[in-house]
Parts: sequence; structure tokens; C-alpha cells
Amino acid sequence: MNVELKSAEWKDQIFDVFQDHDIKQVFHVPDAGHSRLIELCQKSNSIRTLALTTEEEGIPLAAGAWLGGQRSVLLMQSSGVGNTINLMGMPKTLRFPFLTLITMRGDYGEFNSWQYPMGQATPKVLEAMGVLVYSVDKPEEVKATVDAAARSAFNGGQSVAVLLRQKLLGIKNFGKK
Amino acid sequence: MSKATLQRRPLVKKILEGADDNLLVIAGLGSANWDVTEAGDRPLNMPLWGSMGAPVPMGLGLALAQPKKRVLVITGDGDMLMSLSSLATVAAQQPDNLAIVVLDNEKFGETGNQATATAPRNNGPTDSGAGTDLAMIAKGCGIADSGTVREAGEVAQLVKDARITKGPVFRLVKVMVEKLEFVMPPQDGAHLKDRFRQALGIKPT
Repeated sequence: MNVELKSAEWKDQIFDVFQDHDIKQVFHVPDAGHSRLIELCQKSNSIRTLALTTEEEGIPLAAGAWLGGQRSVLLMQSSGVGNTINLMGMPKTLRFPFLTLITMRGDYGEFNSWQYPMGQATPKVLEAMGVLVYSVDKPEEVKATVDAAARSAFNGGQSVAVLLRQKLLGIKNFGKK
Repeated sequence: MSKATLQRRPLVKKILEGADDNLLVIAGLGSANWDVTEAGDRPLNMPLWGSMGAPVPMGLGLALAQPKKRVLVITGDGDMLMSLSSLATVAAQQPDNLAIVVLDNEKFGETGNQATATAPRNNGPTDSGAGTDLAMIAKGCGIADSGTVREAGEVAQLVKDARITKGPVFRLVKVMVEKLEFVMPPQDGAHLKDRFRQALGIKPT
């Protein structure tokens, strides 16, 4: 199968999972890996899509949405995870469900050395803050993993992060061979 | 600039007077929390004991989830300084039911009244800030209805702007530096969140 088509397919499936779980607010920063999903959310009538100035805003936004009775998801890159760590305590303290999907950098075959420190620390710092970390590197496992993460979050009341690994996303090379 | 003359506690009491189920309040950590609690602890208050920088985005998420209710964020200058860019996120969404009131005493009250950036420059070796104008920042971020309140004569209009004026509204209120009693709400975050949702009629999961 054409690689691009395959990629579009699992991104559309994530959007379907959002609809199945009645997600009403989606928070994001600009991101190549999530761009198709972000556009699907922006065009949706049932989802409010918010562009953030920093990933950190996503946690209190999720808290506010939940206070008001709505489910939300934060989309970010691994490089932004460090910005969220202090406020990642909020879902614990207030005990509300939290779901984030993270596109990985500084991972499998990364060419940019600046991405490695936060990329490699991402699962560790999330786990240190009590976030359940799910990881997916095969297109055919994306839908089931995101669905399971949404169940753990919204039914099980957990903070859950899904890492979309660089093996899945493809290696960014800025045209270098 | 003349010294501030407004006292935060009676001011917050006036803003919250007659609060009904239509008014959802988020109070920032520290003094703003104690001010809101002294005006009367209620289930539809979400007073924060931590999470500095969280009240504005929290108010935004809530305002979008509850578009028929009025959402009022009350916080301090120190807290607001930590999440300046969230004002741009608010401006991008233009929630017409959100008001933000920042009580600016130009101090970090909880840590011993050190000067914040909103304090004047050249204010002596230990009390100098940057003269930062938070209302101008809010306006620059795209919240057109942003302004500053300094006088007792402006308080009645402030109450209207906080409670009913079409949002997003941002008001910076210059308040005195005072030593005040701690008036504390319950601390358990899960309890505060649950009683809030229950008061809104949201069923537990």
C-alpha cells in the first residue's frame, strides 16, 4: 500500500475515535505529524479546536472543559512535553481524566541532535508525573491504541499519553538523504 | 502614578454580590483565592491552591464548555504574569461569556511581597519592577475590551463588566498592599471539582 495513503488512513481513524468518545475540545500547537488530524478537527462541527501559544495551556484548558462537562484532548510534540510537566499535576490533584497524543521527535532515526534530550526523556517525565504511557509504532495499531487510551482516560479516570513513535511517523530529514 | 486606594476584599465582595447559578468563578492561587472565599465559599467557585498560571486557560475551557453561563476569572498580577500568552489564546476564541479580573498590588503576596514586573521602575533597590501594564498586554493580545480600574467611583461599572458585559472582558484593578487574614476554602481538589460539576447538574462518570 502507498505509504501516504496509509498515513492518511490512521490519522482519519484517530478522528473517528475522537467522535466515538464524544471529544468536544481539541487543543494543539502547530505540528506536521498531527496536521491532518488538526484540520479534520477544525472542519468538524462537533469539535472546538484551539491553537495554543504553549503546550502548558492544554492542561488547565482540559481542567476547565471537564469542570464544564466536556471531554478534551491535547495534541503536542515530544519537544513540548517538558512545558507541561508542572501543570500535569492538575489531573492528579483534581482527579479528572486527561488524554494527550504526542508525536515523537528525538526518537527512531532522528537527524536533529537538539530533539534528543526531550524526546528521550518524554516517557520518563510523563511516568514520573503519574501519566500512563501507551506507545504505538505500527499504522494498524493506532486506532486500537488511541481507543484504549480514551477508555483508560474517560472511563478509567486516568491521565494517559499515547506516543506516536517516529517509526510510525517517518523520519524527518529536511530533504537530506 | 498615584498610590492604589482600592481594597481588594470589599471589591471582590461587591463583584460577587448576589452570585447565582449563572456565575462560575475561578480564583487564582493565594490572595485571590482567599478574597473570593471571604466573599462566600460556594460550589460554583473553583479556588486554586496551586497551578500558578492556570486560571485563564481554565476559565477559557470552562467558558467554551458552558456557553450559557458567565465565567469569571479572578486572579493576581503574579499569576497573570506567568501566563501572559494565554490572553492571546483567549482572544483567538473570543468567548463572549468570559471576564478576567486581575487584582494588581504589584507584589508577590504569598512569598513575602516582593515586587512583580507591574511595580514601577526606579522604585528603590528592592521594590522596583518593570512598569508592566497588563491591560495593555491584554489589548495587544487581541482582547479589545481591556481596561484599568483605579478609583472607587469606577467600581460599580467594574461589577457590571465582570458580571454582564459581553466578553471577552479584561480588567486590571490596581489594589492596595494589605496584610489580610487567610480565609481558606476546602483544599481537596477532587472535592472542589466534584461539587462544582454536581452544582452544574453534571452526572458523575
